[in-house]
Amino acid sequence: MTDSLITAFPDAEVGADWPLYEVFVRGKRGLNHVHVGSLHAADEEMALRRARDVYTRRNEGVSIWVVRSSDIVASSPAEKDPFFAPNGDKVYRHPSFYRIPDNVPNM
Amino acid sequence: MNDRDCAYASLIDGDPHDQWAFGTGFEDPLAGVDTTAAPGVDGADLAAYCLMLADDALICAQRLTQWCTNAPELEEEVALANIGLDLLGQARLLLARAAAADPRVVPVLPDGSPVPAEDALAFFRDESAFRCVRLVELANGDFAVSMTRLLAFSTFRLAALHRLSDSRDLVLAAVAAKGAKELAYHRDYAARWFITLAGGTDESRRRLAQAMTTVWPYVDELFRPNPVERRLAAVGAAVDASTLRGEFDSVVAQVFGASGWHPPTVRPAPLVAGKSGRDGVHTEALGYLLAEMQSVARAHPMGRW
Repeated sequence: MTDSLITAFPDAEVGADWPLYEVFVRGKRGLNHVHVGSLHAADEEMALRRARDVYTRRNEGVSIWVVRSSDIVASSPAEKDPFFAPNGDKVYRHPSFYRIPDNVPNM
Repeated sequence: MNDRDCAYASLIDGDPHDQWAFGTGFEDPLAGVDTTAAPGVDGADLAAYCLMLADDALICAQRLTQWCTNAPELEEEVALANIGLDLLGQARLLLARAAAADPRVVPVLPDGSPVPAEDALAFFRDESAFRCVRLVELANGDFAVSMTRLLAFSTFRLAALHRLSDSRDLVLAAVAAKGAKELAYHRDYAARWFITLAGGTDESRRRLAQAMTTVWPYVDELFRPNPVERRLAAVGAAVDASTLRGEFDSVVAQVFGASGWHPPTVRPAPLVAGKSGRDGVHTEALGYLLAEMQSVARAHPMGRW
């Protein structure tokens, strides 16, 4: 390196206390946004731009959502059984006992 | 997980080059394109003009890639590399266009060398044959210098590409139309950082003020009239850079206004016997940059990549 870049950031504290954002991308052929990863940013606008730079650079997406990770309410692993186990044996809840007409897309 | 649930499924594009993870299309970038110059457009002038546009992009791209492993954050590093890659893509098309317009501009390589014309122009031309403005050669300095330079350069280039998309040279028009979308993002990126640094801390403001005294003396040169551009502009193939100053100033005034700053009044960097980057007269920085950029290719003129 011929430039003095190494000294440009002597105290690498940048972004250390920036909030975490989760990134959702909708692909060209996709119908819904899919979680692709997370990143740190100072605010929503920066998060959106960083998501564009980091997660759509190979032409993956046509739409991006970002949301503060702390704003996501998630089910806890400890609640897994009461939440999900009761549905495991109720096969009749799957709409698999009738034929979907050909002209109904995206099912 | 089915196809529509996977944001990355659309990556697969059936590219036959199996050494690359994703499609790169490394064949002749102008394959199948009619590269005949429009009537009244001089081939030598067109080649010289394409070299100016290409070298601005190529050298700026090289500077941006020097941020790799040095950027303040991973996301900024990727963003800077993305911008560099956009510019590199423009440079490649423009260098290929220059070679097609006037093959005499392409350095002569040993018989049987597989190096394509655009690579020969990028890696085997000497410093004095480069036609970039001196603004893009300047060392990166700190982040404030790089952002200030990128703001000035992308504002200037976007104004030029907007106008060039009506060029009578259809290749140039197509490259400009594609590039304008890219440059709109580059300008936005640089302007946001400029405003952020201006409104940041005492330290960021000190660095930004310092950056302005480094970068702004090279802004005037962007708009210096030159005879090649003038001749081509007269036949509707190029844009006379001296006509872009108004748009540049109004965009910059908006960015500075949002920052609470004013464009600095600085003395323009002196010319050398009336010449500057467009004439092949460069700053010391370009020699070092080219040495780094060209050394591997020059060591292997018969190399296949």
